[in-house]
Amino acid sequence: MEKVLNINLKVWRQANPEVAGRFEEYKVETSPDSSFLEMFDVLNEQLINSGQEPVAFDHDCREGICGMCSMVINGRPHGPKKAVTTCQLHMRSFNDGDTVVVEPWRADAFPVIKDLTVNRSSFDKIIASGGYISVNTGNAVDANSMLIPKDDADTAFEAATCIGCGACVSACKNASAMLFVGAKVTQLATLPQGKAEREKRVVAMVNAMDAEGFGACSNTGACAAECPKGIPLSVIATLNKEYTKAKMKGF
Amino acid sequence: MKFLSFLFTSSIGRKLVMGATGLFLVSFLLVHCGINACVFVNDGGETFNAAADFMSENFFIRVAEIGLFLGLLWHVFQGLYLWLTNSKKRKAKYDKASGNENSKWYSRSMGLLGTLILIFLVLHLKHFWVVSRFTDHITSGDETLFQEMIEVFENPWVVLIYVLGCISLAYHLLHGFWSAFHTLGIDHKTYTPIIKSIGTAFSIVIPLIFALMPIAMHLGWIS
Repeated sequence: MEKVLNINLKVWRQANPEVAGRFEEYKVETSPDSSFLEMFDVLNEQLINSGQEPVAFDHDCREGICGMCSMVINGRPHGPKKAVTTCQLHMRSFNDGDTVVVEPWRADAFPVIKDLTVNRSSFDKIIASGGYISVNTGNAVDANSMLIPKDDADTAFEAATCIGCGACVSACKNASAMLFVGAKVTQLATLPQGKAEREKRVVAMVNAMDAEGFGACSNTGACAAECPKGIPLSVIATLNKEYTKAKMKGF
Repeated sequence: MKFLSFLFTSSIGRKLVMGATGLFLVSFLLVHCGINACVFVNDGGETFNAAADFMSENFFIRVAEIGLFLGLLWHVFQGLYLWLTNSKKRKAKYDKASGNENSKWYSRSMGLLGTLILIFLVLHLKHFWVVSRFTDHITSGDETLFQEMIEVFENPWVVLIYVLGCISLAYHLLHGFWSAFHTLGIDHKTYTPIIKSIGTAFSIVIPLIFALMPIAMHLGWIS
Protein backbone atom coordinates (compact mmCIF):
# COMPACT_ATOMS: atom_id res chain seq x y z
CA MET A 1 0.00 0.00 0.00
CA GLU A 2 1.13 3.53 -0.74
CA LYS A 3 2.61 5.38 2.17
CA VAL A 4 0.38 8.03 3.73
CA LEU A 5 1.46 10.93 5.94
CA ASN A 6 -0.83 12.31 8.63
CA ILE A 7 -0.04 15.99 9.05
CA ASN A 8 -1.41 18.29 11.76
CA LEU A 9 -1.67 21.77 10.31
CA LYS A 10 -1.82 25.01 12.27
CA VAL A 11 -2.85 27.61 9.70
CA TRP A 12 -3.27 31.39 9.99
CA ARG A 13 -6.87 32.36 9.13
CA GLN A 14 -7.84 35.99 8.66
CA ALA A 15 -11.03 36.95 6.79
CA ASN A 16 -9.79 40.37 5.64
CA PRO A 17 -7.18 43.04 6.47
CA GLU A 18 -9.47 44.79 8.95
CA VAL A 19 -10.27 41.91 11.33
CA ALA A 20 -7.93 40.12 13.72
CA GLY A 21 -6.66 36.71 12.58
CA ARG A 22 -6.16 33.48 14.51
CA PHE A 23 -4.67 30.01 14.06
CA GLU A 24 -6.94 27.08 13.10
CA GLU A 25 -5.91 23.46 13.40
CA TYR A 26 -6.61 20.89 10.68
CA LYS A 27 -5.68 17.26 10.01
CA VAL A 28 -4.67 16.24 6.47
CA GLU A 29 -3.82 12.84 5.00
CA THR A 30 -1.31 13.25 2.20
CA SER A 31 1.07 11.34 -0.05
CA PRO A 32 4.81 11.96 0.52
CA ASP A 33 5.00 12.67 -3.23
CA SER A 34 2.52 15.51 -2.97
CA SER A 35 3.83 19.07 -3.08
CA PHE A 36 3.11 21.39 -0.16
CA LEU A 37 0.52 23.28 -2.24
CA GLU A 38 -1.15 20.03 -3.41
CA MET A 39 -1.47 19.13 0.26
CA PHE A 40 -3.24 22.49 0.72
CA ASP A 41 -5.50 21.66 -2.28
CA VAL A 42 -6.52 18.47 -0.45
CA LEU A 43 -7.17 20.48 2.72
CA ASN A 44 -9.30 22.99 0.80
CA GLU A 45 -11.37 20.18 -0.78
CA GLN A 46 -12.00 18.82 2.71
CA LEU A 47 -13.04 22.30 3.90
CA ILE A 48 -15.33 22.91 0.89
CA ASN A 49 -16.94 19.46 1.26
CA SER A 50 -17.72 20.16 4.88
CA GLY A 51 -19.17 23.59 4.05
CA GLN A 52 -16.27 25.66 5.40
CA GLU A 53 -14.33 28.52 3.85
CA PRO A 54 -11.19 27.25 2.00
CA VAL A 55 -7.76 28.68 2.94
CA ALA A 56 -6.71 31.50 0.62
CA PHE A 57 -3.08 31.20 -0.54
CA ASP A 58 -1.10 32.63 -3.46
CA HIS A 59 0.15 30.32 -6.22
CA ASP A 60 0.51 30.43 -9.98
CA CYS A 61 3.12 28.50 -11.98
CA ARG A 62 3.79 25.80 -9.35
CA GLU A 63 7.18 25.18 -10.91
CA GLY A 64 9.27 27.57 -8.82
CA ILE A 65 9.66 30.46 -11.25
CA CYS A 66 6.77 32.90 -10.78
CA GLY A 67 7.36 33.99 -7.18
CA MET A 68 3.68 33.91 -6.17
CA CYS A 69 3.72 31.23 -3.46
CA SER A 70 4.48 32.72 -0.10
CA MET A 71 4.10 30.65 3.03
CA VAL A 72 6.16 30.75 6.20
CA ILE A 73 6.38 27.07 7.15
CA ASN A 74 7.53 26.31 10.69
CA GLY A 75 9.06 29.77 10.89
CA ARG A 76 10.96 29.49 7.57
CA PRO A 77 9.90 31.30 4.37
CA HIS A 78 9.25 28.59 1.73
CA GLY A 79 9.88 25.89 4.34
CA PRO A 80 12.92 24.02 5.61
CA LYS A 81 14.69 23.23 2.31
CA LYS A 82 17.41 25.42 0.83
CA ALA A 83 16.79 27.22 -2.48
CA VAL A 84 13.26 25.85 -2.91
CA THR A 85 9.93 27.65 -3.29
CA THR A 86 6.84 26.48 -1.36
CA CYS A 87 5.37 24.94 -4.53
CA GLN A 88 8.52 22.83 -5.05
CA LEU A 89 8.62 21.66 -1.45
CA HIS A 90 7.36 18.09 -1.11
CA MET A 91 5.67 16.37 1.79
CA ARG A 92 8.51 13.81 1.96
CA SER A 93 10.41 16.59 3.77
CA PHE A 94 8.04 16.00 6.72
CA ASN A 95 7.35 13.02 8.97
CA ASP A 96 4.12 11.21 9.74
CA GLY A 97 2.40 12.95 12.68
CA ASP A 98 4.30 16.26 12.32
CA THR A 99 2.63 19.49 13.37
CA VAL A 100 3.31 22.15 10.74
CA VAL A 101 2.72 25.85 11.44
CA VAL A 102 1.84 27.89 8.33
CA GLU A 103 1.84 31.70 8.46
CA PRO A 104 1.75 34.47 5.85
CA TRP A 105 4.76 36.73 5.06
CA ARG A 106 4.87 39.12 8.01
CA ALA A 107 5.92 42.73 7.36
CA ASP A 108 4.08 46.03 7.65
CA ALA A 109 4.94 46.63 3.98
CA PHE A 110 3.17 43.33 3.08
CA PRO A 111 -0.28 43.62 4.71
CA VAL A 112 -2.39 40.45 4.86
CA ILE A 113 -5.23 40.41 2.30
CA LYS A 114 -6.80 37.13 3.42
CA ASP A 115 -5.45 34.08 5.29
CA LEU A 116 -2.03 33.38 3.75
CA THR A 117 -2.17 35.92 0.91
CA VAL A 118 -0.36 39.23 1.38
CA ASN A 119 -0.31 42.41 -0.68
CA ARG A 120 3.12 42.70 -2.30
CA SER A 121 2.36 45.75 -4.48
CA SER A 122 5.05 47.61 -2.49
CA PHE A 123 7.54 45.59 -4.58
CA ASP A 124 5.76 46.70 -7.77
CA LYS A 125 6.07 50.33 -6.68
CA ILE A 126 9.83 49.90 -6.15
CA ILE A 127 10.18 48.44 -9.66
CA ALA A 128 7.97 51.17 -11.13
CA SER A 129 10.24 53.81 -9.57
CA GLY A 130 13.21 52.77 -11.73
CA GLY A 131 13.74 49.02 -12.03
CA TYR A 132 13.82 49.09 -15.82
CA ILE A 133 15.65 50.54 -18.81
CA SER A 134 13.86 53.47 -20.42
CA VAL A 135 15.29 53.21 -23.92
CA ASN A 136 13.89 51.65 -27.04
CA THR A 137 16.25 48.76 -27.60
CA GLY A 138 15.13 48.16 -31.19
CA ASN A 139 16.00 44.94 -32.95
CA ALA A 140 18.41 42.43 -31.43
CA VAL A 141 21.94 43.46 -32.43
CA ASP A 142 24.79 41.14 -33.29
CA ALA A 143 25.98 39.44 -30.09
CA ASN A 144 29.60 40.47 -30.68
CA SER A 145 28.86 44.17 -31.20
CA MET A 146 28.52 44.76 -27.45
CA LEU A 147 31.24 42.97 -25.54
CA ILE A 148 30.31 41.90 -22.01
CA PRO A 149 32.89 40.09 -19.87
CA LYS A 150 31.76 36.61 -18.80
CA ASP A 151 32.05 37.51 -15.09
CA ASP A 152 29.72 40.52 -15.55
CA ALA A 153 27.21 38.44 -17.51
CA ASP A 154 27.24 35.80 -14.76
CA THR A 155 26.81 38.38 -11.97
CA ALA A 156 23.92 40.03 -13.81
CA PHE A 157 22.27 36.71 -14.59
CA GLU A 158 22.58 35.47 -11.02
CA ALA A 159 20.91 38.67 -9.76
CA ALA A 160 18.26 38.43 -12.49
CA THR A 161 17.07 35.06 -11.19
CA CYS A 162 15.25 36.95 -8.39
CA ILE A 163 11.54 36.09 -8.71
CA GLY A 164 10.42 38.91 -6.40
CA CYS A 165 8.59 36.59 -4.00
CA GLY A 166 9.49 38.58 -0.87
CA ALA A 167 10.97 35.72 1.17
CA CYS A 168 13.94 38.03 1.92
CA VAL A 169 11.62 40.57 3.57
CA SER A 170 9.75 37.89 5.48
CA ALA A 171 13.00 36.37 6.82
CA CYS A 172 14.66 39.66 7.79
CA LYS A 173 14.33 40.78 11.40
CA ASN A 174 14.09 44.36 10.09
CA ALA A 175 11.65 43.47 7.26
CA SER A 176 14.22 44.99 4.91
CA ALA A 177 13.83 44.72 1.13
CA MET A 178 17.51 45.31 0.34
CA LEU A 179 18.19 41.85 -1.11
CA PHE A 180 15.35 42.37 -3.60
CA VAL A 181 16.37 45.95 -4.48
CA GLY A 182 20.06 44.90 -4.49
CA ALA A 183 19.32 42.12 -6.97
CA LYS A 184 17.50 44.48 -9.37
CA VAL A 185 20.13 47.22 -9.09
CA THR A 186 23.01 44.74 -9.53
CA GLN A 187 21.38 43.12 -12.56
CA LEU A 188 20.88 46.44 -14.35
CA ALA A 189 24.04 48.28 -13.26
CA THR A 190 26.31 45.41 -14.33
CA LEU A 191 25.20 45.43 -17.97
CA PRO A 192 25.93 48.20 -20.53
CA GLN A 193 22.24 48.78 -21.30
CA GLY A 194 21.50 49.56 -17.65
CA LYS A 195 24.60 51.60 -16.87
CA ALA A 196 23.31 54.78 -18.54
CA GLU A 197 20.66 55.34 -15.87
CA ARG A 198 22.36 53.65 -12.92
CA GLU A 199 22.56 56.70 -10.58
CA LYS A 200 19.03 57.93 -11.19
CA ARG A 201 17.69 54.38 -10.86
CA VAL A 202 19.37 53.42 -7.57
CA VAL A 203 18.36 56.66 -5.82
CA ALA A 204 14.74 56.37 -7.01
CA MET A 205 14.50 52.70 -6.00
CA VAL A 206 15.99 53.26 -2.53
CA ASN A 207 13.65 56.24 -1.98
CA ALA A 208 10.68 54.07 -3.00
CA MET A 209 11.90 51.23 -0.74
CA ASP A 210 12.12 53.58 2.26
CA ALA A 211 8.74 55.16 1.47
CA GLU A 212 7.04 51.75 1.34
CA GLY A 213 8.03 51.08 4.94
CA PHE A 214 10.76 48.46 4.66
CA GLY A 215 13.49 48.41 7.32
CA ALA A 216 17.22 49.05 7.04
CA CYS A 217 19.64 46.17 6.45
CA SER A 218 21.85 44.97 9.30
CA ASN A 219 23.70 42.28 7.29
CA THR A 220 22.40 39.28 9.28
CA GLY A 221 22.32 37.28 6.05
CA ALA A 222 18.91 35.72 6.81
CA CYS A 223 17.54 36.97 3.46
CA ALA A 224 20.20 35.25 1.34
CA ALA A 225 19.97 32.07 3.44
CA GLU A 226 16.19 31.83 2.83
CA CYS A 227 16.12 33.08 -0.79
CA PRO A 228 14.63 30.32 -3.00
CA LYS A 229 16.84 31.48 -5.87
CA GLY A 230 20.06 31.76 -3.85
CA ILE A 231 20.58 35.49 -4.50
CA PRO A 232 23.88 36.25 -2.69
CA LEU A 233 24.20 38.85 0.08
CA SER A 234 26.86 40.57 -2.06
CA VAL A 235 24.10 42.30 -4.07
CA ILE A 236 23.44 44.41 -0.96
CA ALA A 237 27.09 45.55 -0.93
CA THR A 238 26.67 46.46 -4.60
CA LEU A 239 23.47 48.36 -3.77
CA ASN A 240 25.26 50.28 -0.98
CA LYS A 241 28.13 51.12 -3.31
CA GLU A 242 25.88 52.19 -6.21
CA TYR A 243 23.71 54.32 -3.92
CA THR A 244 26.62 56.04 -2.15
CA LYS A 245 28.39 56.79 -5.45
CA ALA A 246 25.19 58.24 -6.93
CA LYS A 247 24.62 60.38 -3.84
CA MET A 248 28.19 61.69 -3.90
CA LYS A 249 27.63 62.69 -7.54
CA GLY A 250 24.64 64.76 -6.40
CA PHE A 251 21.77 62.54 -7.60
CA MET B 1 26.36 70.19 2.14
CA LYS B 2 22.77 69.38 1.25
CA PHE B 3 23.90 66.37 -0.76
CA LEU B 4 25.11 64.75 2.49
CA SER B 5 21.64 64.88 4.05
CA PHE B 6 21.11 61.27 2.92
CA LEU B 7 23.34 60.22 5.84
CA PHE B 8 20.47 61.22 8.14
CA THR B 9 17.42 60.52 6.00
CA SER B 10 17.84 57.33 3.95
CA SER B 11 18.11 53.75 5.17
CA ILE B 12 21.40 53.17 3.36
CA GLY B 13 22.77 56.56 4.47
CA ARG B 14 22.11 55.74 8.10
CA LYS B 15 23.73 52.34 7.76
CA LEU B 16 26.73 53.98 6.12
CA VAL B 17 27.16 56.14 9.22
CA MET B 18 27.01 53.02 11.42
CA GLY B 19 29.72 51.31 9.35
CA ALA B 20 32.04 54.33 9.08
CA THR B 21 31.79 55.35 12.76
CA GLY B 22 32.08 51.68 13.72
CA LEU B 23 35.38 51.31 11.87
CA PHE B 24 36.59 54.58 13.43
CA LEU B 25 35.82 53.13 16.88
CA VAL B 26 37.65 49.92 15.91
CA SER B 27 40.78 52.01 15.22
CA PHE B 28 40.40 53.55 18.68
CA LEU B 29 40.11 50.10 20.28
CA LEU B 30 43.43 49.13 18.71
CA VAL B 31 45.23 52.17 20.20
CA HIS B 32 43.49 51.80 23.57
CA CYS B 33 44.38 48.11 23.74
CA GLY B 34 47.99 48.77 22.75
CA ILE B 35 48.49 51.40 25.46
CA ASN B 36 46.78 49.32 28.15
CA ALA B 37 48.70 46.17 27.27
CA CYS B 38 51.73 48.00 28.74
CA VAL B 39 50.49 46.88 32.18
CA PHE B 40 51.51 43.33 31.24
CA VAL B 41 55.17 44.46 31.24
CA ASN B 42 54.64 44.06 35.00
CA ASP B 43 57.17 46.74 36.03
CA GLY B 44 54.94 48.30 38.65
CA GLY B 45 53.16 50.35 36.00
CA GLU B 46 56.18 52.38 34.88
CA THR B 47 55.77 51.71 31.14
CA PHE B 48 51.99 52.03 31.33
CA ASN B 49 52.11 55.35 33.24
CA ALA B 50 54.58 56.77 30.73
CA ALA B 51 52.25 55.81 27.86
CA ALA B 52 49.22 57.21 29.71
CA ASP B 53 51.07 60.48 30.38
CA PHE B 54 51.92 60.79 26.70
CA MET B 55 48.26 60.27 25.76
CA SER B 56 47.02 62.85 28.24
CA GLU B 57 49.58 65.52 27.34
CA ASN B 58 49.80 65.21 23.54
CA PHE B 59 47.87 67.97 21.77
CA PHE B 60 46.87 65.83 18.78
CA ILE B 61 45.56 63.07 21.02
CA ARG B 62 43.45 65.62 22.90
CA VAL B 63 41.93 66.88 19.63
CA ALA B 64 41.35 63.29 18.48
CA GLU B 65 39.54 62.64 21.77
CA ILE B 66 36.86 65.17 20.79
CA GLY B 67 36.47 63.40 17.45
CA LEU B 68 36.25 60.09 19.26
CA PHE B 69 33.40 61.24 21.48
CA LEU B 70 31.54 62.73 18.52
CA GLY B 71 31.99 59.48 16.58
CA LEU B 72 30.88 57.43 19.56
CA LEU B 73 27.77 59.55 20.15
CA TRP B 74 26.86 59.43 16.44
CA HIS B 75 27.27 55.62 16.44
CA VAL B 76 25.19 55.28 19.63
CA PHE B 77 22.30 57.56 18.67
CA GLN B 78 22.10 56.44 15.03
CA GLY B 79 22.25 52.83 16.26
CA LEU B 80 19.48 53.31 18.79
CA TYR B 81 17.36 55.11 16.20
CA LEU B 82 17.83 52.26 13.67
CA TRP B 83 17.10 49.64 16.33
CA LEU B 84 13.89 51.42 17.28
CA THR B 85 12.64 52.09 13.74
CA ASN B 86 13.63 48.65 12.38
CA SER B 87 11.77 46.92 15.19
CA LYS B 88 8.59 48.74 14.13
CA LYS B 89 8.60 47.38 10.57
CA ARG B 90 6.88 44.13 11.57
CA LYS B 91 4.12 44.80 14.08
CA ALA B 92 2.44 41.39 13.65
CA LYS B 93 5.08 38.92 14.86
CA TYR B 94 5.62 35.34 13.74
CA ASP B 95 4.14 32.62 15.93
CA LYS B 96 7.07 30.36 15.25
CA ALA B 97 10.48 32.03 15.06
CA SER B 98 13.47 30.16 13.66
CA GLY B 99 16.13 32.84 13.27
CA ASN B 100 18.93 30.44 14.21
CA GLU B 101 18.26 28.47 11.01
CA ASN B 102 19.31 31.37 8.81
CA SER B 103 21.52 33.73 10.82
CA LYS B 104 23.73 34.07 13.89
CA TRP B 105 22.13 35.29 17.14
CA TYR B 106 24.74 38.00 17.63
CA SER B 107 24.13 39.44 14.15
CA ARG B 108 20.47 39.86 15.14
CA SER B 109 21.37 41.33 18.56
CA MET B 110 23.64 44.27 17.65
CA GLY B 111 21.32 46.78 19.35
CA LEU B 112 21.23 44.78 22.57
CA LEU B 113 24.99 44.07 22.56
CA GLY B 114 25.69 47.74 21.83
CA THR B 115 23.48 48.80 24.74
CA LEU B 116 25.32 46.43 27.09
CA ILE B 117 28.64 47.91 25.91
CA LEU B 118 27.24 51.42 26.47
CA ILE B 119 26.22 50.57 30.05
CA PHE B 120 29.70 49.18 30.68
CA LEU B 121 31.22 52.26 29.06
CA VAL B 122 29.43 54.66 31.44
CA LEU B 123 30.90 52.79 34.41
CA HIS B 124 34.31 52.54 32.72
CA LEU B 125 34.46 56.29 31.96
CA LYS B 126 33.46 57.06 35.55
CA HIS B 127 36.27 54.82 36.86
CA PHE B 128 39.13 56.22 34.82
CA TRP B 129 38.30 59.01 32.38
CA VAL B 130 36.40 61.22 34.83
CA VAL B 131 38.95 60.60 37.58
CA SER B 132 41.97 61.44 35.43
CA ARG B 133 40.45 64.37 33.49
CA PHE B 134 38.10 66.10 35.90
CA THR B 135 39.73 65.56 39.30
CA ASP B 136 43.30 66.26 40.34
CA HIS B 137 43.59 62.77 41.76
CA ILE B 138 46.11 61.68 39.11
CA THR B 139 47.59 65.03 38.01
CA SER B 140 48.44 66.10 41.56
CA GLY B 141 50.67 63.04 41.84
CA ASP B 142 48.65 61.49 44.69
CA GLU B 143 48.32 58.33 42.68
CA THR B 144 49.29 57.03 39.24
CA LEU B 145 46.69 55.71 36.77
CA PHE B 146 48.20 52.27 37.31
CA GLN B 147 47.55 52.44 41.08
CA GLU B 148 44.00 53.63 40.33
CA MET B 149 43.48 50.52 38.16
CA ILE B 150 44.77 48.19 40.90
CA GLU B 151 42.37 49.86 43.37
CA VAL B 152 39.31 49.73 41.11
CA PHE B 153 39.84 46.08 40.25
CA GLU B 154 40.00 45.01 43.90
CA ASN B 155 36.20 44.82 43.74
CA PRO B 156 35.17 41.42 42.25
CA TRP B 157 31.82 42.85 41.00
CA VAL B 158 33.67 45.47 38.96
CA VAL B 159 35.87 42.73 37.48
CA LEU B 160 32.75 40.73 36.57
CA ILE B 161 31.08 43.71 34.86
CA TYR B 162 34.30 44.46 32.92
CA VAL B 163 34.54 40.85 31.74
CA LEU B 164 30.87 40.85 30.68
CA GLY B 165 31.47 44.16 28.89
CA CYS B 166 34.37 42.58 26.99
CA ILE B 167 32.25 39.56 26.02
CA SER B 168 29.54 41.89 24.67
CA LEU B 169 32.23 43.77 22.75
CA ALA B 170 33.59 40.51 21.30
CA TYR B 171 30.21 39.46 19.87
CA HIS B 172 29.43 43.02 18.71
CA LEU B 173 32.71 43.04 16.78
CA LEU B 174 32.27 39.50 15.47
CA HIS B 175 29.37 40.76 13.35
CA GLY B 176 30.22 44.47 13.23
CA PHE B 177 33.76 44.33 11.85
CA TRP B 178 32.88 42.52 8.63
CA SER B 179 29.42 44.09 8.43
CA ALA B 180 30.94 47.61 8.40
CA PHE B 181 32.95 46.82 5.28
CA HIS B 182 29.91 45.25 3.61
CA THR B 183 27.82 48.34 4.38
CA LEU B 184 30.53 50.55 2.88
CA GLY B 185 30.01 48.59 -0.34
CA ILE B 186 33.09 46.39 -0.15
CA ASP B 187 32.47 42.87 -1.37
CA HIS B 188 35.28 41.13 -3.16
CA LYS B 189 35.96 37.46 -3.77
CA THR B 190 39.57 37.76 -2.54
CA TYR B 191 39.44 40.56 0.04
CA THR B 192 36.13 39.81 1.79
CA PRO B 193 37.27 36.42 3.17
CA ILE B 194 40.48 38.16 4.40
CA ILE B 195 38.42 40.93 6.04
CA LYS B 196 36.22 38.28 7.70
CA SER B 197 39.26 36.42 9.06
CA ILE B 198 40.88 39.61 10.37
CA GLY B 199 37.51 40.56 11.91
CA THR B 200 37.20 37.23 13.72
CA ALA B 201 40.78 37.44 15.03
CA PHE B 202 40.27 41.07 16.11
CA SER B 203 36.99 40.25 17.91
CA ILE B 204 38.69 37.51 19.93
CA VAL B 205 42.14 38.98 20.63
CA ILE B 206 41.29 42.59 21.52
CA PRO B 207 38.45 41.87 24.02
CA LEU B 208 40.55 39.04 25.48
CA ILE B 209 43.48 41.39 26.18
CA PHE B 210 41.06 43.93 27.68
CA ALA B 211 39.39 41.29 29.87
CA LEU B 212 42.74 39.95 31.10
CA MET B 213 43.65 43.31 32.70
CA PRO B 214 41.00 43.38 35.46
CA ILE B 215 41.37 39.61 35.96
CA ALA B 216 45.18 39.77 36.24
CA MET B 217 45.06 42.76 38.59
CA HIS B 218 42.35 41.25 40.77
CA LEU B 219 44.22 37.98 41.12
CA GLY B 220 47.48 39.80 41.83
CA TRP B 221 49.31 38.57 38.71
CA ILE B 222 50.22 42.19 38.09
CA SER B 223 51.17 44.49 40.95
